[in-house]
Amino acid sequence: MEQLTILLIVIPLMVAPITALIPSEKITWFLTLAVCLISFAISSFILYQVIDGTHVIYELGGWRPPWGIEYKIDSLNAFVALIVSGIGILASLFAYRSVPSEIDNKTIPLFYAAFQLCLLGLLGIALTGDIFNLFVFLEISSLSSYALISMGKHRKALSAAFSYLILGTIGATFFLIGVGFLFAASGSLNTADIANRFSSFEDMQLVETALIFMIMGIALKAAIFPLHSWLPNAYVHAPSTVGIFLSATATKVSIYVLLRILYDLYPIAYWVEMLLPQIMLSMGCVAVIYGSYRACQQVEMKRLLAFSSIAQIGYMVIGFSLVSQLGLTASIIHLFNHALIKSTLFIGAGILLYRANTTELSSLRGLGKEMPWTFAAIALAGLSLIGVPGTVGFVTKWYLLEAAVEKGMWIVVITIVVGSVLAIGYVWKIVDNLYFKSKEKLHIHDVSSGDSTIARSPKTMTIALWIGAILCIFFGLNTELSFQAASSAAAALLKA
Amino acid sequence: MMIDYMLGHVNYWLIVAVMMVGLYTLMSRSNLIKKLAGLAMFQTAVILFYVSLGKVTGGTVPIVDAKFSLYSNPLPQVLMLTAIVVGVATTALGFALVIRIKEAYNTVEENEISAMDEKE
Repeated sequence: MEQLTILLIVIPLMVAPITALIPSEKITWFLTLAVCLISFAISSFILYQVIDGTHVIYELGGWRPPWGIEYKIDSLNAFVALIVSGIGILASLFAYRSVPSEIDNKTIPLFYAAFQLCLLGLLGIALTGDIFNLFVFLEISSLSSYALISMGKHRKALSAAFSYLILGTIGATFFLIGVGFLFAASGSLNTADIANRFSSFEDMQLVETALIFMIMGIALKAAIFPLHSWLPNAYVHAPSTVGIFLSATATKVSIYVLLRILYDLYPIAYWVEMLLPQIMLSMGCVAVIYGSYRACQQVEMKRLLAFSSIAQIGYMVIGFSLVSQLGLTASIIHLFNHALIKSTLFIGAGILLYRANTTELSSLRGLGKEMPWTFAAIALAGLSLIGVPGTVGFVTKWYLLEAAVEKGMWIVVITIVVGSVLAIGYVWKIVDNLYFKSKEKLHIHDVSSGDSTIARSPKTMTIALWIGAILCIFFGLNTELSFQAASSAAAALLKA
Repeated sequence: MMIDYMLGHVNYWLIVAVMMVGLYTLMSRSNLIKKLAGLAMFQTAVILFYVSLGKVTGGTVPIVDAKFSLYSNPLPQVLMLTAIVVGVATTALGFALVIRIKEAYNTVEENEISAMDEKE
């Protein structure tokens, strides 16, 4: 049982170099899908084991913590690992036809290898209980995502990847400085060990500085409002598969790290005294309004979705800054729900890109009538994004509103309502252009003539899209499963 | 008192100086290669910080021997081996991107690149 946890790291680590050496797009694709499926199976098995509040502990190399690295899996770890590997499956299903159309044949094996390394890094962040080990995994996932983003078709992908590299490295280095300060104060890198002995060094100024450095670094990675500038370009110019995978997982995993730092590493009373909840709450609220407003202004579908991501990250920040069981549960559920919604929408955008070779909304007019099934799935995911009852988005917003009312934060309630109204605005913009705007002659660029494959959406893409859309409804109606995992995780975080 | 404090922490002051030079270069230069150089300096400063953290005054190398009882902490240095690898990988990837950018845009000046991006 304990050995299974490390397999989540070892399998992608072993398969990625092999993948890089195999010169076949089919085999490498299959290996990637297999890695995602196995990771998904393992993480759902672990989640099933730990959902009642127990944990699984694995000591790397048999070294006892705090000297050795320890993987301590509770329901939050397993839940995040489940999200990452689940989205990995959707993204690799989509990749089957999308990657050969967007990426040079020779680099496809390398693409899949980098994809697996990115998956490995994100899973590692989700599992480890050692803050330096976390930094290493953070860099593994970031380095591979810079490489993945730079493989985009357009040359803008290169400059987007470069600015993400600069900002991402600054963020990671800030985190490293924070870890160094905390290490200097505590002499330990093990999360549980630091938390246990916290009272022996909490008077040091260094500890407070360490917290600020770590939060700044991770907030940059999570694209929390004032630090979000890298996100739109990176997601828009990345290859579609990468856009799907990163938009649904990278920022969510960073939010998870923030939760760990704030609730596990530091005592809650410590940072409540620093007024961090108020600061983060206001940043979250501004993020919701700003992200939604900018999303309404966009004329290109992927960019619109990217700005909407910034707003959705705002909801998560609001959730955990409320410092209550309900708020935290809402935040953790939203990690899952938003991953589902955004990956579905990005898959939809990817299909449109595959079919029409553009995601400019004005060029997509009337396309919804020609591909009704794709359009229907996009509309369903769009409704979830708004938070219509019966969809996953509603579940989050309901708990978030309840948490805000419980705390008497009316300004937060107003923000959520305004954010939802703006969400109707930008989702309507997509629906309107796809379905209701008078059909114009499509601007189809660079379609190789005589190729019949372009005329219909590939089956694998449609399957991935509909899995996402159906899950959006399924988890909106059956909240039991995700709610149980999230509330058990929230309870575990709050006990400290 | 103040002077003692300054001198006692002189390694940290120097490290802060290196870090700020790196961060300033990173932000102020438009040339992508210079930006990467700044980034590398910034990372190096953190590595120096960790290494100086492990030094124990009067301590020796951490090899157990009957003659010594005080050892420096080896852990930060081991951590920094990993961080150096990460730093080298980042810089290498950055240079690879700069080469591709140079091929695609025929320049490595950031302001010219963003001007070209906006025109499209």
